[in-house]
Amino acid sequence: MGRVWIRGGRLLDPSVERDEPADVVLEDGVVVAIGSDLETRGAAVVDAAGCWVAPGLIDMHAHLREPGQEYKEDLASGGRAAVAGGFTSVACMANTEPVNDDPSVTEFILDRARHESPTRIYAIAAATHGLAGREMTEMVALRDAGAVAFSDDGKTIADGGVMRRVLEYSKLAGVPVIVHAEDCTLVGTGVVNEGPVSTRLGLPGNPTVAEDVLVARDLELARLTGARLHIAHISSAGACQRVRAARDAGVEVTAEVTPHHLTLTDEAVLGFDTNTKMAPPLRSRADVDACRTALAEGVIDVIATDHAPHAVHEKEQDFQNAPPGILGLETALSVCMELVREDVLTPLELVRRMSTAPARLLGIAGGSLEEGSVGDVVVFSPDRQWTYDPAKGYSKSRNSPWGGTSFRGRVEATLVAGQLVYHADRGVLVD
Amino acid sequence: MIGRDLLGIEDLERREIEQILDTAEHMQEIASREVKKVPTLRGQTVVNLFFESSTRTASSFEIAGKRLSADVVNFSSASSSLTKAESILDTAQTLDAMDPDCVVVRHPVAGVPKRIADVLKAPVVNAGDGAHEHPTQALLDMLTVYQEKERFDGLSVAIVGDITHSRVARSNIYGFTKMGAEVRVTGPPTMMPPHIEELGVKPCTSLREALDGVDVVMMLRIQRERLDGVLFPSIREYAATFGLDRAKLRHAKDDVIVMHPGPVNRGVELSHDLVDHSPSVILDQVRNGVALRMAVLYRIAGSAHARGAG
Repeated sequence: MGRVWIRGGRLLDPSVERDEPADVVLEDGVVVAIGSDLETRGAAVVDAAGCWVAPGLIDMHAHLREPGQEYKEDLASGGRAAVAGGFTSVACMANTEPVNDDPSVTEFILDRARHESPTRIYAIAAATHGLAGREMTEMVALRDAGAVAFSDDGKTIADGGVMRRVLEYSKLAGVPVIVHAEDCTLVGTGVVNEGPVSTRLGLPGNPTVAEDVLVARDLELARLTGARLHIAHISSAGACQRVRAARDAGVEVTAEVTPHHLTLTDEAVLGFDTNTKMAPPLRSRADVDACRTALAEGVIDVIATDHAPHAVHEKEQDFQNAPPGILGLETALSVCMELVREDVLTPLELVRRMSTAPARLLGIAGGSLEEGSVGDVVVFSPDRQWTYDPAKGYSKSRNSPWGGTSFRGRVEATLVAGQLVYHADRGVLVD
Repeated sequence: MIGRDLLGIEDLERREIEQILDTAEHMQEIASREVKKVPTLRGQTVVNLFFESSTRTASSFEIAGKRLSADVVNFSSASSSLTKAESILDTAQTLDAMDPDCVVVRHPVAGVPKRIADVLKAPVVNAGDGAHEHPTQALLDMLTVYQEKERFDGLSVAIVGDITHSRVARSNIYGFTKMGAEVRVTGPPTMMPPHIEELGVKPCTSLREALDGVDVVMMLRIQRERLDGVLFPSIREYAATFGLDRAKLRHAKDDVIVMHPGPVNRGVELSHDLVDHSPSVILDQVRNGVALRMAVLYRIAGSAHARGAG
């Protein structure tokens, strides 16, 4: 494999707190040199002048829909969307058809991904069989097949006794349990955050207390069991506050937040666009601000997309019946530039939450550009303008609330294992 | 001017409401003629697209359209392929291909008339969407109140019942507050939506408090299908705490009027004799509904036609 010289950029490497101008040379799939005046003879040049050069982004929460719902997305299209968004690793959730609750499904996904996806794919296996919330899965066998975490995401394990046993047993596998924290009895038929907006629209409200109650329960169970708990897509001020208190008390808990819960409020629902329907729902400005504060403080470790493709005809239903979820991979970094411009995060901290932190959390390669690290790199122009058109994106689906949005900040190039797989002017560069 | 569509009272300005009510008063004269028909919308097609069963509102729109000589076609979920499997856009585009001049939409989920209006060439009138809005009901209620009171400014209106699930309540809240009336709402706490005061109304914790000195009482229909033990314990307890009878009505002004969007659960929201006798104006509401909907169709289909011809 040839040598690649990423020249003239601003190197952002949270793994060693590095933020300075530096070149990066990749060879044989790994980082071989960083700095200036490097040995670059024969290297292909990636011009990074005016750009950030950072370890490739890692999304620990995506729904890639294969096997079973390939009309929404598959590992090839999801992998292309990922590299177009600067993601070099993606962990896909277990709510496929069949559910990824058996080592054979895990192996199928990982094997398909090796052939089909330009990004690295990791599998998150179900915590309970069929996501039914009753019997736990074979966690050790699933881990041995490659599962990096367990989650019934999309559903909540409603039975506290089952959740306790899942957390206890997960210690044997040594990987985190990721919870989708919503008490379904409190959610009821709610489809939009309960508050002034739900009252105006006459749509059933989903109260923040539904999230707060489940987060509180699972934090107590994590305290009891000593297991590694990770809270998916945190969205309420109350949940942020409880996670902060639990961490202060020494509970081993981590949390993620999505780009949409950091930048959009429930006011976005006022036009009844089903591309603003997700679970948990878009919340109030106070909740968004609380999530931003928790993210800046490090109470929330990770930004994850919850990339959830749905076909056009599914999203064209009425607001009550349309499935929840939106695309995220192709827009995440551009959306999150708002956090840098509004001084919530420095560029280095943004990269930490989108790369280094999830790599450490899942125990996977990446998140660093130190010599010897995998050659997974994103080159990002913080100033380049572009307009997002979901119809022209790489995902098979189009369900994004950001269709037509003009962003400042664009992924220029993505390299996986030292190979250029995406370039803004040339598109995805794999067959 | 009223916009292309009539999707909700929230979108209207006071002047637009006044214009519609004014037009409706002219339309009322037609109902008193021997031949209750004018050629205004001759050659135009009004489609009633009802995804939710409705006898009263659908009939009212149909009669209104026919008195204006429009051809009225009724699609309802019972008689066509209006199922979840067919997307809203498919339905709308299918209809659009038949070139209607106005589409009247009712749907059990909030927001559907807007989604249809976003893609349809023809203008859309919302005939009730979930718990969101029911603009023609609120307009006919305002017409009824205006005819009784000859003003809105300074009036007190109490809306009683299941506010959370009521599109009638929301549209009337927007309407009466825009017209300068004070609006109070009351009902069981389980049926009061959060932050309702942000809509400019005064929430009251008891019927007694809500009735105190009011000019208008608007009782909402209790959906018996909501009686699953979660929102309220029993019909008997509801009738005792939020049902209206003559004794409770003494707390209101002497010339109070009592309204109900129908159909009434007799003995639940209203005592039997209040349904049928003064100060109830329930049948006036129904009567005004036709004239009001004539006014809306005239202003919307009529002006769309004028634009097309021009």
